[in-house]
Amino acid sequence: MTQTIAEIKNPALSIRDLSIAYDKNYAVKNVTVDIKKNTVTAIMGPSGCGKSTLLRALNRMHELYENITTEGKVLLHEENIYDMSTIKLRRQMGMVFQRPNPFPTMSIFDNVIAGYKLNGNSLKKKEKDEIVERSLRDVALWDEVKDSLHKKGTFLSGGQQQRLCIARALAFGPEIILMDEPTSALDPIATSKVEDLLVKLKEHYTIILVTHNMSQAARISDYSLFMYLGELVEYGKTKNMFTNPKDPRTEQYLTGKFG
Amino acid sequence: MNALQATTYQDKSSGRIWKDKFIQGLVIFLSVVTISPIALIIYKLFVEGYKQISLGFIIENTPDTFAAMTAVANDERIPGGIANGLVGTLLMIVLASAIAIPVGVLTGIYLYENQGKMMANLIRNISDILQGVPSIVLGLISYLWIVKHVTMGFSALAGSVSLAIMMLPMIVRSTEETLKMIPITLKEAALALGAPYYKVILKVLIPTGYSGLLTGILLGISRILGETAPLMLTALGSSTINLDVTKPTSAVPLLIWEFYNDPNMIGLIWSSSLLLMAFVLTLNIVSKQFAAKRR
Amino acid sequence: MVFSLVGGAIPSFKAFGLKFIVSGDWDPTEGREVYGALPFIAGTLLTSFAALLISLPLSFSTSLFLGEYYKGTRVARILGMLVDLLAGIPSIVYGLWGFYVLRPLMIDLGFGGQGFGIFTASLILAIMIIPYATSLSNEIIAMVPNDLKEAAYSLGATRLEVIQTVTIPTARSGIVAGYILSFGRALGETMAVTMLIGNTNRVPDSFFGTGNTMASVIANQFGEADGLKLSSLIAIGLLLFLITGIVNGVGKLIIKKMT
Repeated sequence: MTQTIAEIKNPALSIRDLSIAYDKNYAVKNVTVDIKKNTVTAIMGPSGCGKSTLLRALNRMHELYENITTEGKVLLHEENIYDMSTIKLRRQMGMVFQRPNPFPTMSIFDNVIAGYKLNGNSLKKKEKDEIVERSLRDVALWDEVKDSLHKKGTFLSGGQQQRLCIARALAFGPEIILMDEPTSALDPIATSKVEDLLVKLKEHYTIILVTHNMSQAARISDYSLFMYLGELVEYGKTKNMFTNPKDPRTEQYLTGKFG
Repeated sequence: MNALQATTYQDKSSGRIWKDKFIQGLVIFLSVVTISPIALIIYKLFVEGYKQISLGFIIENTPDTFAAMTAVANDERIPGGIANGLVGTLLMIVLASAIAIPVGVLTGIYLYENQGKMMANLIRNISDILQGVPSIVLGLISYLWIVKHVTMGFSALAGSVSLAIMMLPMIVRSTEETLKMIPITLKEAALALGAPYYKVILKVLIPTGYSGLLTGILLGISRILGETAPLMLTALGSSTINLDVTKPTSAVPLLIWEFYNDPNMIGLIWSSSLLLMAFVLTLNIVSKQFAAKRR
Repeated sequence: MVFSLVGGAIPSFKAFGLKFIVSGDWDPTEGREVYGALPFIAGTLLTSFAALLISLPLSFSTSLFLGEYYKGTRVARILGMLVDLLAGIPSIVYGLWGFYVLRPLMIDLGFGGQGFGIFTASLILAIMIIPYATSLSNEIIAMVPNDLKEAAYSLGATRLEVIQTVTIPTARSGIVAGYILSFGRALGETMAVTMLIGNTNRVPDSFFGTGNTMASVIANQFGEADGLKLSSLIAIGLLLFLITGIVNGVGKLIIKKMT
């Protein structure tokens, strides 16, 4: 087992012996990891290694599918997320998806505060305006869209849409943002904008990022987690892992032997 | 040897090309024959129907047969109109929609959420079977349920129930198909924001699939708008405007049937049909337009 | 639904047993009431089958026009729209048109009598089912993969030969299913048939003679029916339900097998 839990004090999230199976096939096996606050942690690994499943298990989105069994715990403020209500949990865990998916029937403005709307929280006009402006500023989209807040979000470019989706996740003030290959559908310029944004956002949030792209992990993550066939192979500071991988499988992956 | 082969081949090929052209011509000709009835029918309705159309035709009740006979004898316009039928049709469609839309949309959502499950497959098959049941049989069923046991007599409610059963499978299907076309990530995004499930459906899925649902509903309405047979067994007809759902009610197609059976009223048939056709076809075209816009 | 139909039909089946289906007598005279459904079953099957045969060349040509010859062109779009409109015309309007236009034409053409009868009813039914048959087989024909057709063209086949050797064989079961479903629709058509078939309650003796169908006898005699007669009409409704159910079931099954 990799020995990496001890060095992180006061973790944002503690994953303990987490196993997830679809129809008895384990997609994630006995993963134990602490995630450090205010960092970007990248989950890497070849396709089918269970990285997306692990990410989705953190806000229990994996439960949308049939015949899932989950074992182990994930602790958020000492509380097991599998004992919390999904509604409460998901307010503390923002999520950003592979492809930008703003709600097509809502304006940019409404997309940002969609979390409030969908939860039936009524806000005063002033509060709404504040949240929208703050969230859009956080994702550096404010200046680009401030004059067209009431247009449909789907008119934006792909990169802008993805930043809008990040703003939507931020608006609720979550502690942790889960990102599932958030740049895989974007062009290089939009990708670098989103990457810059992540580095800035970690000041206030803890970011867990699934990525396919090793150089992206190297560029922006502080910690990396390498998974293979559902198992956690290696976990540590990104710098160390890239320069001096401990496990031969990590080394093979990083040097392009598989994946 | 080679030259000989080439010439025979040529001969054969010209025959093939001729045959090909002939069949293509035949296809075009028969296709034109296929659509000619629509032109003929609309032409007939216009030529015969336009003279009776007037404001009175829309706001007055049906005349009695004697008044109509006198007018025909004096070569005047037949007095009265089809207001009772228009109101009855409207009443029954509103009622049928009020029954079929909620039930149909909820069933469609259920089917969408439970893909591949036994129960959902069973319901989907029942809905498919329902789609193929002749409308007159639905009229019989509504007669047995509503006329005999609920309203104790012919009624608008019974008519609406038979029409609602007709609409139901179309709405179920279009709801399910529409929801299937919405990318799953939208649903996930809403759930990831911690939204409770019913809100995801109400605020995200239904608004996104809105035009698809509307198309299904409008097509459903255009299908029941012209229905006559089930209403004969359930709503029966009425010569005055009726708004009480437990009483017999008229409808435009029912009036056409009555006019058809009364030699004095023949003059009203065409104008009523013209009006009915105009409604049905407009609705049809509007809903197709909606469907086209989505693609 | 089936339950209540069966419930309503019981008195009639009790009184006549299986003879209800095979008996050709329909006599409502009080005291010696006898009801048998055979004339109507025969009339229904005869008109629907004739309608199918009449509509076949027309709808098949139209679906070739739409799905093969002029696929995707403006002309095809307009033609398709007109065929759709044909489906939108209410049954009773077809009936009127048949009564006032088609029937006199029949008399002029020397088909004898009043112009009512099985043939006239089949003709109007044929027009009514054309749009269903057309759109179902058009969809299937349009689905035949282009590369298959191109392979045949590259071998020097003419269009007709491509249709004969590639399009029709590939789409065959779907086209058959489309016609079965259209047949099912013809079985239950009520108003137009009622207005044209002549409504005589006996087994039709000639194709140009009069007759009656299951749907139209219900429509015609329901108003004055009670007791045993009402029950017999409901029994006919049940039989109609079962027949259309079987026909549609077979059609849907074939389509399901294809996809």
